[in-house]
Amino acid sequence: MSVKNSAGSGSHRELLRQMLRIRRFEERCVELYSGEKIRGFMHLYIGEEAVAVGVCDALTPDDVVVSTYREHGHALIRGVPATSIMAEMYGRAAGCSRGRGGSMHIFDAAHRFYGGNAIVGGGLPVAAGLALADRMRGRNRMTVCFFGDGAMAEGEFHECLNLAALWRLPVLFACENNLYAMGTALARSHAQTDLALRAASYGVAAWPVDGMDVLAVADAAGRAAGAIRAGAGPHFLELRTYRFRAHSMYDPDRYRSKAEIEQWRKRDPIDALVATMKAEREITDADLAVLEKEISAEIEQAVAFAEQAPVEPVEDLTRFVCSEPGPGGKPARRVEAIL
Amino acid sequence: MSAGTAASRAASKAAPGDASTAAGKVAPEHVTHEHVTHEHAAHEHAAPENAAPGNAATATYREAMREAIREALRRDDRVFLMGEDVGAYGGCFAVSLGLLEEFGPERVRDTPLSEAGFVGAGIGAALGGMRPIVEIMTVNFSLLALDQIVNNAATLLHMSGGQFNVPLVIRMTTGAGRQLAAQHSHSFEGWYAHIPGLRILAPATTEDARGMLWPALEDPDPVLIFEHGSLYGVPGPLGSGPVDITSAALRRSGADVTLIAYGGTTPKALAAADALAAEGVEADVIDLRVLRPLDDATIMESVGRTHRAVIVDEGWRSGGLSAEIGARIAEHAFYELDAPIQRVCAAEVPIPYARHLEEAALPQVPSIVAAARETVTS
Repeated sequence: MSVKNSAGSGSHRELLRQMLRIRRFEERCVELYSGEKIRGFMHLYIGEEAVAVGVCDALTPDDVVVSTYREHGHALIRGVPATSIMAEMYGRAAGCSRGRGGSMHIFDAAHRFYGGNAIVGGGLPVAAGLALADRMRGRNRMTVCFFGDGAMAEGEFHECLNLAALWRLPVLFACENNLYAMGTALARSHAQTDLALRAASYGVAAWPVDGMDVLAVADAAGRAAGAIRAGAGPHFLELRTYRFRAHSMYDPDRYRSKAEIEQWRKRDPIDALVATMKAEREITDADLAVLEKEISAEIEQAVAFAEQAPVEPVEDLTRFVCSEPGPGGKPARRVEAIL
Repeated sequence: MSAGTAASRAASKAAPGDASTAAGKVAPEHVTHEHVTHEHAAHEHAAPENAAPGNAATATYREAMREAIREALRRDDRVFLMGEDVGAYGGCFAVSLGLLEEFGPERVRDTPLSEAGFVGAGIGAALGGMRPIVEIMTVNFSLLALDQIVNNAATLLHMSGGQFNVPLVIRMTTGAGRQLAAQHSHSFEGWYAHIPGLRILAPATTEDARGMLWPALEDPDPVLIFEHGSLYGVPGPLGSGPVDITSAALRRSGADVTLIAYGGTTPKALAAADALAAEGVEADVIDLRVLRPLDDATIMESVGRTHRAVIVDEGWRSGGLSAEIGARIAEHAFYELDAPIQRVCAAEVPIPYARHLEEAALPQVPSIVAAARETVTS
């Protein structure tokens, strides 16, 4: 899968395909985690797929994404190869971060994917800086920063919204409000739970969006992106969504009722789009089966790749703490190479 | 380093006999945080250019740093300066005075009081191909940006498997001696020297203040520059430009004991060496210059000759940089030692305001002399 060449051209079928890729990839990750192929912390995006797919529909390959530790989905649909993500989760040398990051730290310079940040709120300042560099260099690019509702209690969120608004930086702040900061409900940790309202207080255009409806997300992201590209400064979308799975594989999920989870499962974003497409006769069960088969093949290929991929030699443990010399003994300048 | 003799002369001139007395003479009109008068600093502003920068020119440490920033802004359009009050105010220590007028608000960029926000933005801008110089007012304030410095700047290259280096320079003031009490006076550079992925510099001379910035900007990885607040008004030679940022410097040679210092303790160690010489004890004085990675070779070579070591550090003794240096000497030069290693560090107390208490809390020339004497008589 490669990233589309122009923003906002995603057909219903393409939006569906991308959501399914995330869903099936992560379902396979659960099996692999149970089989101890994948270790460490692993956070699943299942239930939230419409957010990543809808927002990224507004991006061009030139745009920049900064994400969180729940980022497999963002990485996949930005074009980071499933093989490279899976190998990273296996801790292999062929992983995108050469086995040094794991599930929470997917990075891919070639696709302008700046992680994989596991400090809640820590990616926001970096996103502001990337956008600042684009503006200072006269590049017509946008930076999307994904973060959760939990980040809005962090000081870095408030520092960054002020900074981005003050300098009118081309950033789309994509708040994935899944109602829980790990196990703490939004209403138990925020005095004001209208997140868009709070963002708007910084002078940033902000509004809430139904994050279970990929078409609504794509529409909102398209409008925000258009304004940002036209120089209107940062925008904020509160994408109201829900994770169907626990916070991480370690989480016994004691803080949510089964009834609540079931209520949200009825609003599964993939089921919803399939229903819409069937109603409009855009897809048949046979089409769906073909799509599922293609996706399954991609994922199994990724698993096979990770299984046979070599591990990073222990002798290379301390590589990449500092930059290595480039040709002729000059310091390597990787950052320039991808700009 | 060729700069050694001249620098030690300049430092000795600023600190004849007792550095605490000398620093006291310099401090009030030169270096008090937020109290630098613009009239005074404006007078300095013109000096380096009028003096035609070169080997022969002299300047204060503040002017030398300003000249370094100006040169970098002229030389590379990817360079910009960002921080609290760097523009309209002219820098809280007047380092950047006049640069806003010369380079404009895009490249001399005032920020809100948001250390984590603008340090993180510096990291992002570096990832985006710029060469930011981020100024943090004091090392105490840098703790508000610790997340960005440690979890992102120092970590991204390794965590991304070598994909994302962060060519960022962060400058900040460190150290005590100006009666600014416990939230403006600490020396946390040793903490930063603990972190893999960072290069930590501590210029002690005007030549290093001018010469370290450009190679720091050329470094593909994050570099932190710690400027000791008591040095800003100290004059010295401007030097001819970039210096190395890998090695320690022997600022004075002597066969009897090695005094190891850096940044603001370097002039005190040199003054102590003068006092010791009057007693017939000749000291090597090492200015570490680079706190990470430490230049073990220079330290071990000196200790191998003198067989005695005194480590001077304005940070606290417990778990500090002096502990690290002492451990390295024990590891690599144990059998060269003729006496136990001595450490002269800050008292284990938040730095107090009252002048006599603050002086008592810090390494001073007499305490350095006493420690050196202890090593040669034991």
